[in-house]
Amino acid sequence: MINTREIMETIKMIDDQHLDIRTITMGISLLDCIDSSAEKACEKIYEKITRLAKDLVKTGEDISRQYGIPIINKRISVTPISLIAGASDAKDYVCFAKALDRAAKDTGVNFIGGFSALVHKDFTKGDRILIESIPEALAVTERVCSSVGVATTKSGINMDAVKIMGETIKKTAERTADNQSFGCAKLVVFSNAVEDNPFMAGAFHGVGEGDAVINVGVSGPGVVKAALEKVKGKDFGTVADVIKKTAFKITRMGQLVAQEASRRLGVPFGIVDLSLAPTPEIGDSVAYILEEMGLEKCGTHGTTAALALLNDAVKKGGVMASSYVGGLSGAFIPVSEDAGMISAAECGALSLDKLEAMTCVCSVGLDMIAVPGDTSAETISAIIADEAAIGMINQKTTAVRIIPVVGKGVGEMVEFCGLLGYAPIMPVHEYSSCDFINRGGRIPAPIHSLKN
Amino acid sequence: MKAVVTVMGIDRPGIIAKVSNSLFENGVNILDINQTIMQDIFTMVMLVKMGEKTDFSVVVSDLEKIGEEIGVDIRAQNEEIFNSMHRI
Repeated sequence: MINTREIMETIKMIDDQHLDIRTITMGISLLDCIDSSAEKACEKIYEKITRLAKDLVKTGEDISRQYGIPIINKRISVTPISLIAGASDAKDYVCFAKALDRAAKDTGVNFIGGFSALVHKDFTKGDRILIESIPEALAVTERVCSSVGVATTKSGINMDAVKIMGETIKKTAERTADNQSFGCAKLVVFSNAVEDNPFMAGAFHGVGEGDAVINVGVSGPGVVKAALEKVKGKDFGTVADVIKKTAFKITRMGQLVAQEASRRLGVPFGIVDLSLAPTPEIGDSVAYILEEMGLEKCGTHGTTAALALLNDAVKKGGVMASSYVGGLSGAFIPVSEDAGMISAAECGALSLDKLEAMTCVCSVGLDMIAVPGDTSAETISAIIADEAAIGMINQKTTAVRIIPVVGKGVGEMVEFCGLLGYAPIMPVHEYSSCDFINRGGRIPAPIHSLKN
Repeated sequence: MKAVVTVMGIDRPGIIAKVSNSLFENGVNILDINQTIMQDIFTMVMLVKMGEKTDFSVVVSDLEKIGEEIGVDIRAQNEEIFNSMHRI
């Protein structure tokens, strides 16, 4: 039998250190919902999602109760809508977003991802219409998340798409200005987007996936922080070992829940995403892990090295604990969703430039960052271009989820709801990137992409 | 299915009696009991086996009710969560 100490360790992780399953995400292919009539396609989409995911929320709750482990979110990701809607006669795709929103509400999930387009090389007609529809779609729906892939290591950076996404983010901010420009919190711009990511707002169901799949995202920055408290002052080999062991335990739990959810729902198990995803609650912060390693404040010199160690050790520990690891898998550094990041940004220790450096070694990118409402579209595009370049060159996923909060300036606070937290408005560089962004065209793929 | 029942709180007479009675009423068999005082907190860990007709969600809610009545924290969890986390 498992001994009392081990049982108590698990219970303590759940009770005091916020260990949880962050999300069970059901990926659903909508390829068989394509129809030349947009109306019919929307009906098919609604019918398929509500049919396949009708028991998703209840199953999540049942597993949570039986294993005594909180499962915070139940979510759905679908095939990028530009692929589905592109075959239809629709002139804008807001009706598709509304169908997704209705399906999300009726299945009880809190977010549905996949109002997406992949334009890392060029646009189709459907891609263009989808991107044009994003501001309205995110304003009139509640639970729909959108993502656009603008770059990959294999194809380079579509700078036309980068320019358009800067404008789209601005329009989305203005369209949702009465709600803290919240629409932008549901919109991600990707480089090297992954097809099996269970986390929002960037989840979509890739075309290489099956008809339906269960992907699970674990969490637990608080558990890692608590484990590191026991090895104060020890060398980095010890630190890495402690993180690996902890990540292993966390991921094993994710694997168990994923398999159980897959069995009960009769849907194949896809992957466990072993990311450390923070929440604004005290004790559930990635920044505090970095500070526990010996940094006075997250964002100071040494932060990138600390994050590199953390990100790598999480992967090494987690990879043996799950039969299939995928998604983003690493440490997330969303500013508004992490108490330590918020505090570091507030006191000026953490700047946008440092965050950009950190994204070179972590699993995602510039995430949930609030900037002044008068930031120009070109500046936002240039921020996206920088991130896309980091992703392209380093052969990793990077993302930008940035919120130019209409009516707010540097130093003011913006509050989003729930897990999305709150953030201080961070300054951006004042010098113009306008002529750079207006060049258009593509930045060619890097030499090391030519591996064949 | 096997489950782990944990009870934590201030020690008082009748805790084991009430918990084991509730388990008995739900057709649950106790396989092992381990009781200690950890950091001044009474801690009891039981390994139990569900009966053929036992509804696990009823076991959980009955134990939670008892916990509220006598002011201790009681939970029942599928044993698999501990096995998967601590055993390779």
